[in-house]
Amino acid sequence: MAGAHTQQVDASTAWGGKASPFNVSYGKMMMWFFLVSDGLTFGGLLSALGFAKFANPEWAASWPMGEEVFTHFPFTHAHLPLLYVAFMTFILIVSSVTMVLAVEAGHRMDKRGVIKWLGLTVVGGFIFLGSQVWEWSTFIAGPDGDLSTWHDNTTLQHNCYGGTYEVIEDGHHKHTEIKSYGPTLYSNFFFFITGFHGFHVFTGVLFNLLVLRNVVRGVYHRRGHYEMVEKVGLYWHFVDLVWVFVFTFFYLV
Amino acid sequence: MLVRDDIVEYSLDAHHSEEEGKLIRKKIWKVTAILSIITTVEVLVGVFFPKADVSDTMWTLIKWGYIILTVVKAAYIVLVFMHLGDERKNLRYMILVPYILFILYLVFILVTEASYVNDAWEFLK
Repeated sequence: MAGAHTQQVDASTAWGGKASPFNVSYGKMMMWFFLVSDGLTFGGLLSALGFAKFANPEWAASWPMGEEVFTHFPFTHAHLPLLYVAFMTFILIVSSVTMVLAVEAGHRMDKRGVIKWLGLTVVGGFIFLGSQVWEWSTFIAGPDGDLSTWHDNTTLQHNCYGGTYEVIEDGHHKHTEIKSYGPTLYSNFFFFITGFHGFHVFTGVLFNLLVLRNVVRGVYHRRGHYEMVEKVGLYWHFVDLVWVFVFTFFYLV
Repeated sequence: MLVRDDIVEYSLDAHHSEEEGKLIRKKIWKVTAILSIITTVEVLVGVFFPKADVSDTMWTLIKWGYIILTVVKAAYIVLVFMHLGDERKNLRYMILVPYILFILYLVFILVTEASYVNDAWEFLK
């Protein structure tokens, strides 16, 4: 962590051999290895989703249709298929772009540029996380937040996706119920996979914040390179990459 | 503060000039446009041609269209944003070949097995 890291490391010191066989630093290669294994985890989860859908004829028949999974939008009760999820997708793409611009600025040793673009990436990450909170809360508590869930176990016993909401009056009470369709297993997959992705976004924002703090303090400038921005950048792009697949296999297909 | 001098943070190829940066930024904005256009197309198809409204053949075509567009998007993200396209060929293949082979096999075997399980359920009905 000292300021003396402008010291040059020749390839034989770094690799024991004569040169880095892959022409990347140790840290970057390990980040790639991690991403491959993490990618296999998500690949396994999404393949399992496909297996569950196709393995049971009854489930296949009642599986919710992609476009109808989420049809709500803040401040309106209009039926707007896909629009909110499309918004979330754009947020993640844009934050991926700001990240790659931060990496590019780092290659030019442009500290101000890195701070600007990495800062915007963090903002994008927070907007995405907030959007997911709203999506989940709409699923669980209904579009008006008055859905009875634990009371009659609506969420646990039924799948709430693609269902329509209906206001029921029983005596003095008014509550919303989901007229749901589709197997519970679908909800399990939905919450687990989008939740696991959301957890990745959360840790990504955390990494970005930590690196941003170091950038502001000039740690990487003293070190002579901004490769740490590149490494967390790889992770952040991976999060965007996973969302591309989650978007397709939950909301489109 | 504890100073660790046994950890050496080094980097290879971590710098480029102002002119190179200009070209790289141009490429980034181009890929941004491509990704946005593909997503817009996916959303518009999803909104105007939902599964409930189209024939089965049409839906199969749309479904494969989605999957192809998804893979195209993924390729742009990995090769341009993650700079894997600019890395040395052996690193590229070391990462991509095992991953793609394994995922293709996994998808193939799960879809195949799912159809057998599906047949068994039909048979038991």
